[in-house]
Amino acid sequence: MAKVIIYPTNSLILSDLVERFGHKPLAMMEKIKEKVATVGVDSPPLNITAEEPKNGLKYAAVEVPAGVRGRMAIVGPMVDDAEAGIIVSESPMAFGCMGCARTNELTKFLIRDRGIPLLELDFPKDDDEGQEFVYKIADFLKSLPDGEAEA
Amino acid sequence: MKNESAVKVALVSCGSEYAGVHGELEEVARSVDAKLIFPEVDINILDDIGRDFGLEAASPDLRLMMARAKSVVEGITNVDGVFITSCFRCAEAAIVRNEVRRYIHKHSDIPVISYSFTERTTAATLMTRMEALTTIARRRHLLAREHQNGLTAGIDSGSTTTKAVVMRDDKIIGSGWVPTIKVIDSATEAYNKALEDAGVKAEDIQALGTTGYGRFLVGEHFNAQLIQEEITVNSKGAVYLADAQQGAATVIDIGGMDNKAISIQDGIPGMFTMGGICAGASGRFLDMTSKRLGVDITELGALAVKGMQDKVDMNSYCIVFGIQSLVNSLAKGSTQEDVAAAACHSVVEQIFEQQLQEVDVKEPLILVGGSSLIEGVPKALSELLNIKVIVPPNSHLIGAVGSALLASGYVEE
Repeated sequence: MAKVIIYPTNSLILSDLVERFGHKPLAMMEKIKEKVATVGVDSPPLNITAEEPKNGLKYAAVEVPAGVRGRMAIVGPMVDDAEAGIIVSESPMAFGCMGCARTNELTKFLIRDRGIPLLELDFPKDDDEGQEFVYKIADFLKSLPDGEAEA
Repeated sequence: MKNESAVKVALVSCGSEYAGVHGELEEVARSVDAKLIFPEVDINILDDIGRDFGLEAASPDLRLMMARAKSVVEGITNVDGVFITSCFRCAEAAIVRNEVRRYIHKHSDIPVISYSFTERTTAATLMTRMEALTTIARRRHLLAREHQNGLTAGIDSGSTTTKAVVMRDDKIIGSGWVPTIKVIDSATEAYNKALEDAGVKAEDIQALGTTGYGRFLVGEHFNAQLIQEEITVNSKGAVYLADAQQGAATVIDIGGMDNKAISIQDGIPGMFTMGGICAGASGRFLDMTSKRLGVDITELGALAVKGMQDKVDMNSYCIVFGIQSLVNSLAKGSTQEDVAAAACHSVVEQIFEQQLQEVDVKEPLILVGGSSLIEGVPKALSELLNIKVIVPPNSHLIGAVGSALLASGYVEE
């Protein structure tokens, strides 16, 4: 089983695909769940406090806006932890939405910079492209260590 | 305030919940009995909102910000005020924030404030702004007051000076003006001077209003009927003294510690910005300049009017490095007049660059606050904006006059 970071990091479809092939998706939903389920709500609704932008300094300098660093405090460790990655570009909002363009740029860069096995593809525009899209992701996930056939 | 219903404030942001400030935003809203609301949007409009709005932002959350603004304007989300906020230092967010604010202002009469935050932004920083926003939403009837009736008084407990006035039926009959040292002591001294000047006793005063940084402490001490932040009070005082209560007006208030730029329609603030990050754009800079020049602050204006600011190199807006530039100029042989003019120009230029971009400057432009008495300041502002700047009589007493005016609303009650 490989830990696979997905982009958009909150894409339910990508997360589901990764899981179906026996890997562990590294996704935003899991991290936000951990934050909001932690006892003591200091900063609702996501419980991200002023500490996160400081932790985000590991990934972005102090000149970078607090919102980017706050997001990177969550996304950054996932990138560090990843053993493989799938980046889907040009996707519509409903596929998964990373709110801040600067965070998106930095996230994609850091994933690429890790040098881990990486699949990059654009969101499909029609049915044929859609099938090809799923095949490519499936092949990639199968190629990863201990990848399984679809459950 | 406790008897009044909570004001609904739409939070139009691009993700303040990710920046570690959301707890502070909730806290400041609670403290002024307001409720933050995320305007509802249909996710399907997010893909096209950039084109619809005319601003194709790369960040999805900025598109969400536009969609939320649209939801407010179209009445899908029913709110009393809007708080637009985004990260400090984000260029794209700054563009969207500004256009969203203009959009709401143009298409509705809902009061709007805008702020760029860092992770260090606290509830205290936002207090005056949020208080003003809720006041405009909640107390329109009070702000619509155009005449001062009865015998009322106002105390403006500012960061540098404390001002007090006593008014009777639209006339200032007594005033007091003292440096702020101990908040209560200074307020008592200023108030007593105003009462003495007016020839009346404190027990004769029918209603008292307080404003300024020390408003809560002073208001509680004197059992004031009205304790109100300085944005709405000074706006009201400015249009009242300048006789511009109807129609559009712009008020610039350069205080000892911060400054405000307020766009007004029929005496009620619409958009406003409040400085306070940099002391170089405050009256304190002029105070320090006058000390360095060895002249009284009251003489600085006359010097500045005679000077040419172009002859002095100002390399920084910072209060420390700016003064250093002035000192260097003096060492190179610049005249006191030129240095005084450069100091006035520097303060005005900063307000122009940092604040006037965020409000619609509509004439008449009314300059108030202690710094308005320094003749070089209105002159520099007029030259920079190329419009006539009005400094109404008693412009330094603006907060106290506004308080006395608004407090008279309680005489009838």
